[in-house]
Amino acid sequence: MSAAALDTVAAAAAADRPQPYAELGLTGEEYQRVRELLGRRPTDCELAIYSVMWSEHCSYKSSRVYLRQFAEKAPATTALLAGMGQNAGVVDIGQGYAVTFKIESHNHPSYVEPFQGAATGVGGIVRDILAMGARPVAVMDALRFGPAGAPDTARVLPGVVAGISFYGNCLGLPNIGGELGFDPCYAGNPLVNALCVGVMRHADLQAAAAAGEGNQVILFGSRTGPDGIGGASVLASASFEGGEAAKRPSVQVGDPFMEKLLVECCLELGAAGLLAGLGDLGAAGLSCATAEMAAAAGTGMRIRLDAVPLRDPALGPAEILMSESQERMMAIAAPADVAAFLAICARWDVPATVIGEVTGTGRLQISWHGELVVDIAPQTAADGPVYRRPAARPASQDALAADGPDRLPRPSSGPELRATLLDLLASPGLADKTWVTQQYDRHVRGDTVLAMPEDAGAIRIDEQTGLGVALATDGNGRYGWLDPYLGAQLALAEAYRNVAAAGGSGRDVAVRGGGAGPRGRLPVPWHPGHRRQCQLLQPDAGRGHPPDPGGGCARRAGRRAAPGADRVRSARRAGSAAWHDRRRVWRLGLGAGGARSPRWPPAIGRSGGGTGGRVAARRRGPGRAAGRGP
Amino acid sequence: MTARVGIVTFPGSLDDRDAARAVTRAGGEAIPLWHADRGLRGVDAVILPGGFSYGDYLRCGAIARFAPIMTDLVPAAAAGLPVLGICNGFQILCEAHLLPGVLMRNHHRKFIDRRLLVRIEDTSTLWTRGYQPGQEITLVLKSGEGAYLADPAMLDTLGKRGQVVARYADGDPNGSAQLIAAVRNEAGNVVGIMPHPEHAIDPLTGPGDEGLLFFTSVIRQVVAG
Repeated sequence: MSAAALDTVAAAAAADRPQPYAELGLTGEEYQRVRELLGRRPTDCELAIYSVMWSEHCSYKSSRVYLRQFAEKAPATTALLAGMGQNAGVVDIGQGYAVTFKIESHNHPSYVEPFQGAATGVGGIVRDILAMGARPVAVMDALRFGPAGAPDTARVLPGVVAGISFYGNCLGLPNIGGELGFDPCYAGNPLVNALCVGVMRHADLQAAAAAGEGNQVILFGSRTGPDGIGGASVLASASFEGGEAAKRPSVQVGDPFMEKLLVECCLELGAAGLLAGLGDLGAAGLSCATAEMAAAAGTGMRIRLDAVPLRDPALGPAEILMSESQERMMAIAAPADVAAFLAICARWDVPATVIGEVTGTGRLQISWHGELVVDIAPQTAADGPVYRRPAARPASQDALAADGPDRLPRPSSGPELRATLLDLLASPGLADKTWVTQQYDRHVRGDTVLAMPEDAGAIRIDEQTGLGVALATDGNGRYGWLDPYLGAQLALAEAYRNVAAAGGSGRDVAVRGGGAGPRGRLPVPWHPGHRRQCQLLQPDAGRGHPPDPGGGCARRAGRRAAPGADRVRSARRAGSAAWHDRRRVWRLGLGAGGARSPRWPPAIGRSGGGTGGRVAARRRGPGRAAGRGP
Repeated sequence: MTARVGIVTFPGSLDDRDAARAVTRAGGEAIPLWHADRGLRGVDAVILPGGFSYGDYLRCGAIARFAPIMTDLVPAAAAGLPVLGICNGFQILCEAHLLPGVLMRNHHRKFIDRRLLVRIEDTSTLWTRGYQPGQEITLVLKSGEGAYLADPAMLDTLGKRGQVVARYADGDPNGSAQLIAAVRNEAGNVVGIMPHPEHAIDPLTGPGDEGLLFFTSVIRQVVAG
């Protein structure tokens, strides 16, 4: 790296100059707004922060006007302990337990590099659950690919499945279900959704907020490398002699072993009462974690960026701020607790570094070797712009709706019926999914009651009382295409049925909306169907409505990052068009269970001891026969 | 009195909790052992659980073999301490030369999670004493590097000495030589098994409870002295 001049706050205040805001994805108006907020031009680092934080991917600036309805229209409930605006929603399930669950897509990275794209999709969603203070207990994956026979599907599908298998298995989370579908519209745009569910005691709920002036900011987990900073290369290239920056990987690389250590380390830190705040580093990395945690608490933060442990010493400050290196978390800890905090991290071989402190200034101030390179109000980065894009019913929709099945030929003779039946049986959508599902460990942790090929997955939470949760992911893209409003309702209804069929109670339920659809099918969003279905499906008028803890696409309507710079770029390219033409809904209900597990490992577990007797066991259906191995 | 069964947690161990649950269900006391500690806390037996110790990034079990606790476990095993290695634990025991042979990548080159039939062929070990010779039990196999291999001479020796503890009984799931699913050392106190008996202790969460006898066998033996 050459000795390009460091762009400091003082330099920015002293001299204006052209800046590559457009290359970073900001519009002229947005760049102007940043200048107004600061009263000067932004520094390189500030420009990096605003460009990633105000991306569609992080700010939901185009979809927030719709997504916020999930919070605004949700009927009051006492079951929702944390909802919209948090890393993940948290739902009370009784007996002092709560579950938190979330599903998120990692579509574009999984298309570019199927193995790592899918693997880091699992890693990101697990850290969101971890950030709530919960122990992750299971994952699911909902997948859509192009035609099964297409050459590119043969590249994408095995890589995606192997990536999910690699990361989830190594992390020790049972994969208890999901979906696998094929349609030409997903060629070049696979949907790779990963769900994680976590369990906590009510008291374990963590806040992703930097509260308490004087508290220390600790970055722990993997070292920071040049992962996923394609966007920042615009800023970095000026300081490179050649074109090396362009050769950097744009898809992050996952390390499930480090994530496993992070999980155990975080849970031990929480159990020891050493966490004053906890957040994960996903999309927009340190930019997002610092700005959002300070904004959430209404505090400020002073960060020494040169203290961040690096995997690549050539990284500059803007790159460090934008890096999406995986397996990193940020904690806020009282000064008196720092020694104990670092000792627990050392026990788990997790690198941990104090990189700054919480201040009462209301400013996010970041320095690089003593020079101030960022001085902003964190709320301005955390709250991106909000757009109300033009929305209209597409003219083609009438023709599409009118094109019903009546004109299609119907089998009437025996041979025709036979041929139709064989067609159905041979269709990849109905075929045995064992080739995929047997690559996933469904048994680890020993609490899996139901898994593939059941209608829903079910996880035991308390051995003594038999408390558990059942989950299903469902969505029919074709329904959503034909009628987004009804399609969303039907998706929710299907998931509801699947959980009910698995024995889940309809009393305490939660739904999660999210997902992205095939590109370019509908030009604009036009139906809030999922919202309406939540209201229709209230299971018990006396007990209230199903709470909506926020969604994949809907999660944190407003401000929250998700892993994957590529998704930032993907979302930018697709604009708002792809975000609403399809809805997927995830349901959760209560299931049956067995006997309480011993406390294990004793130093970490918090679920109490004892080994109660077994309750009546509900036997799972027999496993499927071995599928189509190579 | 009951048996105290130590369960080693390496960084990346995943089935340690499940092994502890199995020991408890079998009537024993599960004692956590930490990879970085020295000393075995006076346990009567040790289980090396499944998982991905140290991420298994180099070669399964190759790093765990050098963990501080192995410094105490290896001589204790040589002196007759009952040791069971399950999945990753089996790999570690092979790397530590407490068991013969190696575990290689599955011949189909994919991770596999499926229930299958395992035939118990040797009931002389401390861990399989409760089974009938030839008894077929349903267990879960879940591994990417579970193909047991050894050179022909070694396989011959294992057969002659009766060191093959269990074989896959309904097909070849991973390319293991002679369908070997579990082996023991010559003395019979150290056993490695690729499928997971600790995941077959409760019909609610596993394929049944036919794996529980691994744990009750050793606990009964310890209690009987």
